[in-house]
Amino acid sequence: MEMQKLYLLVPLAPLFGAMIAGLFCRVIPRWVAHSVTILGVAVAFIASVVIFKDVQAGNTYNGTVYTWLTSGDYRFEVGFLIDTLTTTMMLVVTFVSLMVHIYTVGYMHEDPGYNRFFSYISLFTFSMLMLVMSNNFMQLFFGWEAVGLVSYLLIGFWYTRPTAIFANMKAFLVNRVGDFGFILGIGLVLAHFGTLDYASVFVKAPELANSTISLFADRDWATVSLMTVTCICLFIGAMGKSAQVPLHVWLPDSMEGPTPISALIHAATMVTAGIFMVARMSPLFELSTTALSFVIIIGAITALFMGFLGIIQNDIKRVVAYSTLSQLGYMTVALGASAYSVAIFHLMTHAFFKALLFLAAGSVIIGMHHEQDIRKMGGLRKYMPITWITSLIGSLALIGTPFLSGFYSKDSIIEAVALSHIPGAGFAYFAVMAGVFVTAFYSFRMYFLVFHGEERFGHAEQHDHHGDHDDEETSHDHHHGLAPGEKPHETPWVVWLPLVLLAIPSVAIGFIAIGPMVFGDYFKGVIYIDHHAHPAMEHLSEHFHGAVAMGVHSLTSLPFILALSGVVTSWFFYMKRPDIPAAIQRRFSLINTLFENKYYFDKFNEVVFAGGARVLGKAFWRGGDVAVIDGVMVNGSAKLVAWIAAVTRFFQTGYVYHYAFTMIIGVFVLMTLWINRA
Amino acid sequence: MSTYPLISLAIWTPIIAGFVVLATGSDRNAPLARMLALAGAIAGLIVAIPLWTGFDVAQGTMQFVELKTWIPRFNINYHLGVDGISMLFVVLNSFITIIVVLAGWEVIQQKVAQYNAAFLIMSGLMNGIFTSLDGILFYVFFEASLIPMYLIIGVWGGPNRVYAAFKFFLYTLFGSLLFLLALMYLFIQSGGSFSILEWHKLPIGLGPQIWLFLAFLVAFAVKVPMWPVHTWLPDAHVEAPTGGSIVLAAIALKLGAYGFLRFSLPIAPDASHELSSLVVGLSLIAVVYIGFVALVQADMKKLVAYSSIAHMGFVTLGFFMFSAMGIEGALVQMLSHGFVSGAMFFCIGVMYDRVHSRQIADYGGVVNTMPKFAALFMLFSMANAGLPATSGFVGEFMVILGAVKFNFWVAFAAASSMVVGAAYTLWMYKRVIFGDVANHHVAELTDINNREFLILGVLAICTLWMGLYPQPFTEVMHASVNDLLRHVAISKIQ
Repeated sequence: MEMQKLYLLVPLAPLFGAMIAGLFCRVIPRWVAHSVTILGVAVAFIASVVIFKDVQAGNTYNGTVYTWLTSGDYRFEVGFLIDTLTTTMMLVVTFVSLMVHIYTVGYMHEDPGYNRFFSYISLFTFSMLMLVMSNNFMQLFFGWEAVGLVSYLLIGFWYTRPTAIFANMKAFLVNRVGDFGFILGIGLVLAHFGTLDYASVFVKAPELANSTISLFADRDWATVSLMTVTCICLFIGAMGKSAQVPLHVWLPDSMEGPTPISALIHAATMVTAGIFMVARMSPLFELSTTALSFVIIIGAITALFMGFLGIIQNDIKRVVAYSTLSQLGYMTVALGASAYSVAIFHLMTHAFFKALLFLAAGSVIIGMHHEQDIRKMGGLRKYMPITWITSLIGSLALIGTPFLSGFYSKDSIIEAVALSHIPGAGFAYFAVMAGVFVTAFYSFRMYFLVFHGEERFGHAEQHDHHGDHDDEETSHDHHHGLAPGEKPHETPWVVWLPLVLLAIPSVAIGFIAIGPMVFGDYFKGVIYIDHHAHPAMEHLSEHFHGAVAMGVHSLTSLPFILALSGVVTSWFFYMKRPDIPAAIQRRFSLINTLFENKYYFDKFNEVVFAGGARVLGKAFWRGGDVAVIDGVMVNGSAKLVAWIAAVTRFFQTGYVYHYAFTMIIGVFVLMTLWINRA
Repeated sequence: MSTYPLISLAIWTPIIAGFVVLATGSDRNAPLARMLALAGAIAGLIVAIPLWTGFDVAQGTMQFVELKTWIPRFNINYHLGVDGISMLFVVLNSFITIIVVLAGWEVIQQKVAQYNAAFLIMSGLMNGIFTSLDGILFYVFFEASLIPMYLIIGVWGGPNRVYAAFKFFLYTLFGSLLFLLALMYLFIQSGGSFSILEWHKLPIGLGPQIWLFLAFLVAFAVKVPMWPVHTWLPDAHVEAPTGGSIVLAAIALKLGAYGFLRFSLPIAPDASHELSSLVVGLSLIAVVYIGFVALVQADMKKLVAYSSIAHMGFVTLGFFMFSAMGIEGALVQMLSHGFVSGAMFFCIGVMYDRVHSRQIADYGGVVNTMPKFAALFMLFSMANAGLPATSGFVGEFMVILGAVKFNFWVAFAAASSMVVGAAYTLWMYKRVIFGDVANHHVAELTDINNREFLILGVLAICTLWMGLYPQPFTEVMHASVNDLLRHVAISKIQ
């Protein structure tokens, strides 16, 4: 009983903070807004730790909070499923959220929307917790859309900026395309399992493993496996939220939002909801190798091709954003290889080091007075030592330096893919391997350009760049970048403390967690793997001899060599011979153009989908409603009535002698008929 | 159970209040007329609430039945009753009447008494439609409720109100005549009865059923409105004053949909099955086609009017899937649409009162001057786009999930509204609310006053309540919907 109250407290504490800060945002002072929301998230974090310990002791929970709706034979409930997967996510979400809350105090202190911002990020924390703690698909969808809403609100936080309000609408609509598939998947689950409760669905799944549905008029050629269709529909939802190709287009644009939420929502938590969902649904996905193939191919494409785009970005946040896309691709690849625990493991390590990198980028942006172009930085390590060191740690973790957290998770993914036999695994192996070099290259390109080399800031022509905080309402004046002669400065403690606190797990969590989480029984049967059909994980654990051995062994392995050469190449290109990248750009201008246009995804969507929808709407409206229905049918019948009226009007002249004349004629006609009747 | 004739009270309280308001006469007594109208509307809700609180959820048949002889010669009775399908609409209607009276509080300065009286009388008449169990009584209320609506559009409407009224008239006349013919046919076939409940039991051959069904379809499709007889609605909305739009969207559109459940399905069950694909097809056209049409509208009211048609497409779609999820989802959608579309039209009215334009292009950056309004408008826009935790989600969710079982591709087409619905709503919101202050009109805007805040706040609470805990709304429907489904499953052909 006590624990159930604690479960409720976890999401409700941030919700309470969000309501106080949101509903009274115009009356309460700033310190109230940030205190109440930080307190709410801190309570949620502490409660999550307690629950985590309790679950480790073996006390899982699956129960209903209230019945949302009943209809026919169906029952929809709001409830919690508290198990090892849930608690892992709860810890990640509440910890990163707490760090971001603290960081925001420093980052947003000049912003007039301070209270509103705190309300949004607490509301996000609530939504995300409802998503991960759900015990059924309905509530999952509720959390799914709710985090989408908060993401929409936060990307468009600076609502006077045209780019921001375009980006937030784009993000919402692209996510809705994913949700379109997601809700069909949920509908298939309900139609064929008769319930949306996870536990009941998973119990019933093996029975339905071989059932088929017909997608077209009961024809043989249209008959497909139920599990394949369901899983692909569900995965389309994950593709929207976790930004997999081709539904990735919203994530780079989401960088229009303030940096703290880029860290919290668009790197650490919300975008990983899709990964979490697929891991949660492992008992379903395991029953369809076709769906898993689809997953691994989509993931591999995302991992490699989004990484390439990271190389040519010059906006510090966009580099990290493309890196996030690429890493989400890695997680998806792991899911496709049936290495769900590895995907969750990478999700966790990534949450820490990517949040760290984003917050560090934000710290740089503050230090540079809202300059985001890395070509105008350089040599910052002298002025911002804490940001420098933590960034270096984050970058090293990201590229998979042995013994750091990212190494353990990423190497496990690569190994798992190497051992997987499902169709598409070969391509995925190549993609994740090549991705290691690409990741190292773009990460250290950014690192060297920002923290090393000559100081390129403080020149007069910097004002053209469109940076953060471009807000009419901001009280301070519009300076972007440093004035000539001005030097960057280290940020206040509320900003750098979260960096330090995030750097600790970025270093250590992989080493600690890999044993139990990936190869031990940490998940205690929550994740289901059909070892007969997908033996990759089983083989992988045969090769594992402890975290230390894994690190030592890797020093001679291909990923390490690739990562090292990526770092060295970027050092050579950007520190030693800056003329080389420029020459390459000229030499391969075709590829460069392709990259700069982001493979033309945006153009395509703009012309075909956005433009097409408007053309279609105009055609239906002008052609259908106005021309045919109103023009021909409605006004046509009105004209017909008018025409009849016009004709009959000739008989109503208003002159008495006309009427008299007509009457006389009538009388004559009648008399004639009467006389002739015989 | 109360011994009071609760339904009669729900019908006649607002009507009598309407005549009292009318008696206050000219605009010299406008403040008195407003107060009386508000009192009458509140009294109307108070007498309607016991219908809900006293409702027996286990019982699927008619409750609070009143039966008096009206015209004995033709066996016409004053026969009233509510079941789980109709009860909530009486409460919704009585509730919306208060909103409407408040919505016109400061805005309507001419013919105040007549304006408020028209709404009160219409409210009573519409309660009559939802509760009539006698065919002629239904018809009388159905036709009589048009008169106040005509007046509202015709007297307090916009510049092009004559065209709108004419169009409305042409459409409705067409449907009404066929409906009357159907009633006559049923009167003769049943051996001289106008009781709707007896018609439900009347055996009819498939041929006549199909003709009856088509007659009902035309009458109700115009009201809903379904594609292709929908084009009166955008014009009527554009010309109607804010209050008129609220009632039109929140209640009047539900009358047609209600007719399907009270007449078409139970009286002609075989024809309903036979022709279900026709209705499903028209509904999907409404959802998809109208969604795209809404996307390109430049007038906010037209946009929301088209979005109403698309949302009502979900209602008719839900009815003709013949499942509890479908019908209950459709009913929830109708209730939710009452709150959400009412709120959307009110929001547009709030801006129109200040700027005197409904064109999207005349706005931009409203959030800078009206932050409170922008926040509430955001909530209703999201509800209109079907976001979970708002009422707009519940009905769509149920209908889409029900549709997957019915036919995957029907669900596929219906679910496309998740994208298109969000697109037209959020695109409008972006252009109107976000951005820099677009012109001096927007710069001079004042945020919503207490009256407007009260209206939007109450509607916001309703929207969230229904989204977070829809169970109280659906639990009253179960028994009646199950009875209806059992009834529709049995053939009437002998």
